[in-house]
Amino acid sequence: MRLYALAVYLFLYIPIGIIALFSFNAGRYAAQLQGFSTKWYGIALNNPFVVDALHTSAVVAATSSTLATIFGTLAALALPSVRGPLRTIIDALIYIAVMVPGIVIGIATLIALVTVFGWLNPLLVALWPFAEAAPQLSMGYGSLVAAHGLFAIALVIIIVRARIAGMDRSLIEASDDLGATPWGTFRQVTLPQIFPGMLAGFLLSFTFSFDDFIIAFFVAGSKTTLPIYVFSSIRRGVTPEINAIGTMVLAVSLGLLVIAQFILQRGRRPTT
Amino acid sequence: MQPDTDPPIAEFRATTKMFGEVGAARDLNLSIRKGEFLSFLGPSGCGKTTALRMLAGFEAPTSGDVLIDGERVNDLPAHRRPVNMVFQHYALFPHLDVTDNISYGLRQRRPRPAAAEVAQAVEQALETVRLPGYGRRRIWEMSGGQQQRVALARAIINQPKILLLDEPMAALDRKLRRDMQIELQSLQRSLGITFILVTHDQEEALSMSDRICIMRAGRIVQIGSPRELYDRPNSRYVADFVGKSNFFAGTVSRVEATGTALAVAGGLRIIGTAAPGLAPGQTASASLRPEQISLAHGTTTADGTTCVPVRVVNRIFLGEHTEYLVQHDDLGAFLVLVPRQAEASEGSFEPGEPAFAIWRDGTALILPEDA
Repeated sequence: MRLYALAVYLFLYIPIGIIALFSFNAGRYAAQLQGFSTKWYGIALNNPFVVDALHTSAVVAATSSTLATIFGTLAALALPSVRGPLRTIIDALIYIAVMVPGIVIGIATLIALVTVFGWLNPLLVALWPFAEAAPQLSMGYGSLVAAHGLFAIALVIIIVRARIAGMDRSLIEASDDLGATPWGTFRQVTLPQIFPGMLAGFLLSFTFSFDDFIIAFFVAGSKTTLPIYVFSSIRRGVTPEINAIGTMVLAVSLGLLVIAQFILQRGRRPTT
Repeated sequence: MQPDTDPPIAEFRATTKMFGEVGAARDLNLSIRKGEFLSFLGPSGCGKTTALRMLAGFEAPTSGDVLIDGERVNDLPAHRRPVNMVFQHYALFPHLDVTDNISYGLRQRRPRPAAAEVAQAVEQALETVRLPGYGRRRIWEMSGGQQQRVALARAIINQPKILLLDEPMAALDRKLRRDMQIELQSLQRSLGITFILVTHDQEEALSMSDRICIMRAGRIVQIGSPRELYDRPNSRYVADFVGKSNFFAGTVSRVEATGTALAVAGGLRIIGTAAPGLAPGQTASASLRPEQISLAHGTTTADGTTCVPVRVVNRIFLGEHTEYLVQHDDLGAFLVLVPRQAEASEGSFEPGEPAFAIWRDGTALILPEDA
C-alpha cells in the first residue's frame, strides 16, 4: 500500500521535477543534462513573444481577480440577507460556476460573446456619430477578463462567505453598542475580519487566471497568454526555454497558493 | 440608589417582543432606578436576554415602549443609545490590541477627542479594572478573566447611563467568578452607574443585586430585593428559583389571621403564612426552606411545632452546615439543613437511621400552584 502511494506521488511529481531540473540544463537538448546554467531563463525573458504573453497574462489575471474580489466580496456580504428559494438558487449557481469544466465555460463564453458582438457591432456602425469608422467589439482583453472574472467571482464568494459565517456576530453588535455608525462598523470591524478571506480569494483567482489555458484558448481572440504561448511553442518541440517558463509559472503559482493557504490558516486562529 | 420618587433611568411599559409566533418577552412593566444594581434572573429562554437587548437597542419591541432617561428609545439604534454592554463571550475585537479595544467607544465620538485625552482615559480604565500595563497586549494573549476586565473597561470608559451585563460570569471558573462578583459590586458602588445584569445563576443574583426581577416564559413573575424574594416569594416558582426549598402539595383547609392551614398527605396539616387570595378548598403548596426544619433523635410535643418521624436517606457535608435528605412515609423525601452547632449538641445522623423532623408552625409559606 505504501509502495503504491509512493508510485502515485512519483508519477505525479517526477515530470514536474524534471521540467524544473532541465530548465537549468546548460545544453540545448531536452533529453540530456549538460551542466548547470540559468541562461535559458535569460533567453526566455528576452524573447519578445514571451514577454508580451507574460504581460497579457499578468494584466488579465490582475484585472479579473481584482474585479472578482470587489464584486465577490460585495455579493458575499449581501447574501446573508437573501432568504428562501431565491437563496437556494443563488447558492447552487455559485457552486455550479466553480464546478463547470473549463472547456464548457470556454465554449459557452465564446458563443455568447460572438453572438452578442454579432448583434452589437452593426448597431454600433449604424449609431456611430463620427466620420471615422466605428470601433468593433472583438475578443481580447475584455473577453478574457470577463471569462476568468466570472469563475473567480464564484471562488471569492465561497471563500469570503466562509469567513463571514465564521465571524462572531456579537463583534458587530459590540461595535454598534460602542457608538460606531453602520459604515464605521463595516470599516473598523467587518472589513478587517473578512480581509484575509478577500486576500486569499484574490490570490487564488490570480493563480487560476494566470495558469488557465482552456478558457483562454477559446476567448483570447488575437491575444496570447503565457499558457497559450507555451502550448503553441511545444508544437515546435520542447526546449529548455519552455522548461524555464514552465518553472517560473510553477514557482509563481505555488508561491501564491502557499501565501493564500497561509492567510486562510492564520485567519482561523482561535481568538478566545 | 436613589429614592423611588426620582424619575427612573429606564422603563419598560407594556413591552412585548414577538419572534414570529413566539413571545420572547410579554407585557413587561418595570421601572429601573438610577444607580441601582438590578438583575434579570430566570432559566434560559425566559426572556431576560431579550429584555436586555431591547435596552441595548439590538431588538425593537413589537408593542409597548422602552424608555431610557425619560426618552422613548424604541426606534433609536444601538449606536445612539447612552448605554453600553458587556457581552457574554466579551466580543472583544481580535484584530485590535487591548488599548484599541478599550478606546473604541471614545474614537467613535464626533468631534473626535484628542489623542492624549483618549490615552489618559484608557490608562484610567485599565487602572479601574486592575490591568495596568496590559495596554499593548493582544486579546488572545489574555486569560478569560483578563478578557472580561478588558470588556468591562471598554464599556465603562464611555461613562454610560446604564451598564448592561449579559451573563458576564458564565465563562469563568467558580473561584474567579466569586472574585469578579465582589469586584463588580464595588465597581458599581464607586462608579454610581446603573448596572443591569442578566443571569441564570441565583446565587450570583442574590449576592450582587439591589433588586432582582424574576422572569419566566417571557413574563416578569416577581420583582424585589433578594431578601424579599427569599422571605416572601409570591409563587412556588420564585421560592424554587431563589434558594432551595421543600414543597408539599395539599388543599387549603383553613384561612385565619393567625395562619393558614394546608392539609397535606397522611392527614398532616402544615401551618404557614399564605399568599393573599388563597381560599379554603384551593390546592396549594407549602414551602419549607431546609434551614427552617431541624432534626432530632427524640420526638417533641412542644407547643407550636410540628414533629414528624423520618428516615435519613443521605447526608452531604457542606462545611458550616450538613444537608440531610430524609424520607417521610406520606410527605416523601425532603431536605433538612443542620447547622454545625446543632449537630454538635444533638449528635450526627447516619443514613438509614430513624429521626424526627421538626419545624415551627407558621414558618411555612403557603403558595398557590403555578399557572
